[in-house]
Amino acid sequence: MVPPPTDPVPAPGVSPRRQAFRRVARALGGVMIATLAARGLLGARPARAAHMLRPPGALPDADFDARCIRCGLCVQGCPFDILKLADWDDPAPIGTPFFVARQDPCRMCADLPCVRACPSGALDPLLVDVREADMGVAVLVGHESCLNYKGLSCGVCVRVCPVRGEAIALREIVRNGAVIRVPTVNTDQCTGCGSCEKHCVLSHAAIRVLPRALGIGRSGANAAGRGGVR
Amino acid sequence: MKAMRRRFPYWLLARRSVQLAVLAAFMYELPGLGRVVTGNLASSTWFGQLQLTDPFVALQALLAGQALGAAALIGALVVAVAYAALGGRIYCAWICPINLLTDLAHWLRTRLGVRRHVPVSRHVRYGVLAAAVCASAAGSTLAWEIVNPITLLQRELMFGVSSGSWLLVVLFLFDLLYSRRGWCGHLCPVGAFYALLGRFGRLQVGASGMGERSASVRACPEPQVLAPIVSGQAEAVRSGECMRCGACMDANPSAGLGMRVRIVARPRIPPA
Ligand code: SF4
Ligand code: SF4
Ligand code: SF4
Repeated sequence: MVPPPTDPVPAPGVSPRRQAFRRVARALGGVMIATLAARGLLGARPARAAHMLRPPGALPDADFDARCIRCGLCVQGCPFDILKLADWDDPAPIGTPFFVARQDPCRMCADLPCVRACPSGALDPLLVDVREADMGVAVLVGHESCLNYKGLSCGVCVRVCPVRGEAIALREIVRNGAVIRVPTVNTDQCTGCGSCEKHCVLSHAAIRVLPRALGIGRSGANAAGRGGVR
Repeated sequence: MKAMRRRFPYWLLARRSVQLAVLAAFMYELPGLGRVVTGNLASSTWFGQLQLTDPFVALQALLAGQALGAAALIGALVVAVAYAALGGRIYCAWICPINLLTDLAHWLRTRLGVRRHVPVSRHVRYGVLAAAVCASAAGSTLAWEIVNPITLLQRELMFGVSSGSWLLVVLFLFDLLYSRRGWCGHLCPVGAFYALLGRFGRLQVGASGMGERSASVRACPEPQVLAPIVSGQAEAVRSGECMRCGACMDANPSAGLGMRVRIVARPRIPPA
């Protein structure tokens, strides 16, 4: 691939073959160093931060980052203008689409215009029912601040959920002898659209959409936990 | 030396019109018609129907191990076939918005009389291309798209983002102050990719007669491609690095150069 020589005048005492060899070696060396530098740059770029949510149907992170060709067709396809392409200083691979639930949640369009616009398959065309989408999972993170948890009656997060009653519901629990109604997410049904996070009345939302891997636990023993300690 | 007859730069005008029209099509809606094109130069949908994809971006995704969707793949094939048939670097001269920036830098450079020129080998771009390709495969991602100034500029214009502007400023200053035609002519791997892709492109600048061609060579952004014609060894420019910009013909209309589709190469013109 590397085209012909630049220096046509052979240095005295060096055979043309040796010269050609040196040239090829130099070119290969250059390419190798550039590749290493590029790999370094790739690693230095931030991975996706937890609050940058992907549009519905997005493949798992690593595949998404490699398949999304940064064309912005999904951004222009979204009728609610909630998607943005990551800028150089956003904590997501540059040029990939994201939305921030607290700013503007996904409206869960039944016809999934963003997915239909995507030419690369980074937004999986096999997703046809928006209720199957998995943009993340809502988690009640602020137990001390959640008004319902304090015994008041808020429930805004439950009322704004597009999958109301199924993805999130108020569940009665008894705490200190009193019955309180706690917003409880059904992780199987939650699409991670972020409506609850957007509309939480607190100045910092008590409920947040997190990537599924961050948002839910999994049963089994922790190697570093009690099972692992002698 | 006889004075050259200067005429109106038709090729430049045509080229700028196409370049600006493409850029505008991505940015604005037509009144009454709506959007002509959505997306950006990585992949776009024209008239709501025709999908076009940059084959270099598609190549990076394929090397990263991703089987792209059919729409993107077919779009890349259409574009690749068109450029392979005509000449890859038509993209550089007629479509790429960065060319506007680097041409401006070059124009300013001549105006300001900047003399500093640190020579960079024209082959470096093939090294950058090889590195981008290797890094895409090794890093399982679209390596060049992290810095690609083409879509960066488009995003800045279309979506009003701006934190990447420093990269464009650096690129502009590099061309203005550091190296003549440094970016497009020596470093850009996209140009290198299209040069290889359009290696056998049939839209060629050819000699249609004799003429004084020194002004043409001076105007050409890739002057090495004209060498075979000037020395009378070929009747058409064969190099994939020719941008089909027409600067050679604008510079001297009587140089006996013309651009047309040549299906078969004719024997070279005997020296008069
Ligand atoms: S489902 Fe609708 S609101 Fe949500 S990202 Fe897609 S287009 Fe936008
Ligand atoms: S449409 Fe698909 S490929 Fe294009 S930016 Fe959106 S997710 Fe990426
Ligand atoms: S993110 Fe919140 S609003 Fe959206 S589905 Fe899950 S619980 Fe409902």
